[in-house]
Amino acid sequence: MRTRELSPTGREMTAGPKSLSILIIDENRLRASVIEAGLRGAGYADLTIIHDVSGIARRITDIEPDVIVIDLENPNRDMLENMFQLSRAVKRPIAMFVDRSDSASIEAAVEAGVSAYVVDGLKQERVKPILDMAISRFNAFSRMTRELDEARTELENRKLIDRAKGILMTTRGLTEPQAYTLLRKTAMNQNRKLSEIAESLITAAGLLTPPDEGDQ
Amino acid sequence: MMASEYQITAGFMPLLDSAVLVTAKEMGFAEAEGIDLTLVREMSWANIRDRLAVGHFQVAHMLAPMPIACNLGLTPLAVPTIVPMALGLGGNAVTVSNALWAEMVDKGAKDEFDPRTTGRALREVVTARASSAKDILRFAVVHPYSGHNYELRYWLAACGIDPSREIEIVIVPPPLMVDALAGGSIDGYCVGEPWNSAAALLGQGHIATVKAAIWRSSPEKVLGAGASWGKENPDALSALLRALCNAARWCGNVRNHDELARMLAEKTYVAQPIEWMLPALGGALPIGGERTVTVTDFFVPFAKAATFPWKSHALWFYSQMVRWGQVRHTAENAQIARESYRPDLYRAALKPLGVALPVANAKVEGGLTAATPVGSSGASLVLGPDGFFDGGLFDPDELDAYIASQKR
Repeated sequence: MRTRELSPTGREMTAGPKSLSILIIDENRLRASVIEAGLRGAGYADLTIIHDVSGIARRITDIEPDVIVIDLENPNRDMLENMFQLSRAVKRPIAMFVDRSDSASIEAAVEAGVSAYVVDGLKQERVKPILDMAISRFNAFSRMTRELDEARTELENRKLIDRAKGILMTTRGLTEPQAYTLLRKTAMNQNRKLSEIAESLITAAGLLTPPDEGDQ
Repeated sequence: MMASEYQITAGFMPLLDSAVLVTAKEMGFAEAEGIDLTLVREMSWANIRDRLAVGHFQVAHMLAPMPIACNLGLTPLAVPTIVPMALGLGGNAVTVSNALWAEMVDKGAKDEFDPRTTGRALREVVTARASSAKDILRFAVVHPYSGHNYELRYWLAACGIDPSREIEIVIVPPPLMVDALAGGSIDGYCVGEPWNSAAALLGQGHIATVKAAIWRSSPEKVLGAGASWGKENPDALSALLRALCNAARWCGNVRNHDELARMLAEKTYVAQPIEWMLPALGGALPIGGERTVTVTDFFVPFAKAATFPWKSHALWFYSQMVRWGQVRHTAENAQIARESYRPDLYRAALKPLGVALPVANAKVEGGLTAATPVGSSGASLVLGPDGFFDGGLFDPDELDAYIASQKR
């Protein structure tokens, strides 16, 4: 474990391991801030976040980043790579990752959905912690959004089932537990999800509602 | 159901010329060859390259020059990539903003997509703008190692416009092209379909000329395959080439175009309106209102050996990489480019299908001025015309001389 850099103005202490200038390009503001917080927490102070890539050539010339972190969903990667290869926009050539032989790191990054460009000549050990942090934050973020989506679906499904139960209770005069049992049995017999059965029932009920009762 | 013999994952970009891959999956051609084909839509060519490199993809829809650039070490994170098959000919166009088109019409441009007259008009616009100290025109292409970049530059240079000094060429991803044009951040672009038809149908731009007129019967996308995967899985690769060949034949049949357009329009593929797919498939491109201009061989997925990976195509792209300063010409580099395309694998895989297989591995590009029957095994084969609009000839056996004669 490295000793933590104490100077907040890392740029001047070019020898310090945490003094690298890092540019994060991510249209997803929430994810960008999650990565930013991670890197700050690890002692990196010289961070720039860009959400919108318009006019980015100029920004990069101003910032002169040592490391650029970008998400793989960004359609502008081809534009950025082209820019990195043109000496006009970026003074020092930028290579993707530090060491091509570190295939495990590269694979982990691609899997996590993040890519990094690094100024040529930087040492592997200076950049690796940044990449590892970006990878773990990207993974954590995907996990979080997945869980959120699941929670949302769960809630939606529960609403559907409640509505389907209500329809059965009115049309067939069932009690709530009876309505639920009927739905569950049907789902099991048809080898489908409870929410799917509920959805079909709601659709069917909608179609069967006489026009004067429907929302015309 | 029988388990598939081969599992193959292919990356693709949401463009009309992903048609052959999409058809192979959707119409069951892959399954018929024992392949469980998974298609993964990507957002950038860089992603396609990276995911091929880390083994997420075994093959991918690629810009024809891209595998050559990978093999020459010009792009980051590239692994050796082979081209055992092309995915069609043509399909691109050059679209300009309505404002620029109006300027070009003043200088004699006409609605016939003729590269000579539109190029001449653009030359005059460029001169006029320079003398009135207006900003230089900015054009976009999708990637530095793309047919778009090279055909745009070839067209401009042949019309006396220096694409490195008199015009600025930037990179913009295809789905953002129309907005960039409408917003005024670019004045024109060269891109694949549906993004030319889209601009015209939305009233945001005007098609000036087409790839099929700049260089007739020219390659656009190819199937890129990880070289080591191909070597270790020759049977899987052969099966895939057969599936894609059958899919390409299906795509080439006019009767299937409505269904193909519908398939491509779906969310998982190009995810754009059906009306945007039809112009390229039928070759009748919109120029405003209800009017269209019909282009012979605008996009050719199967006929004329459209899927054959000609070494002369690889070498022409290489000659353009040299021309525009992307790589230094050496005998070794030329050899790398030549070996990137693998007609031998194509022939070996497709022989059992009885389709027309060219006997030669390379041809003189521009040598055929009309559709011409040529030597083939299997079915009979008609090739061409395959000329450059300026009458240029590219003889792959005279590569050094061609490169030396190119103007920068």
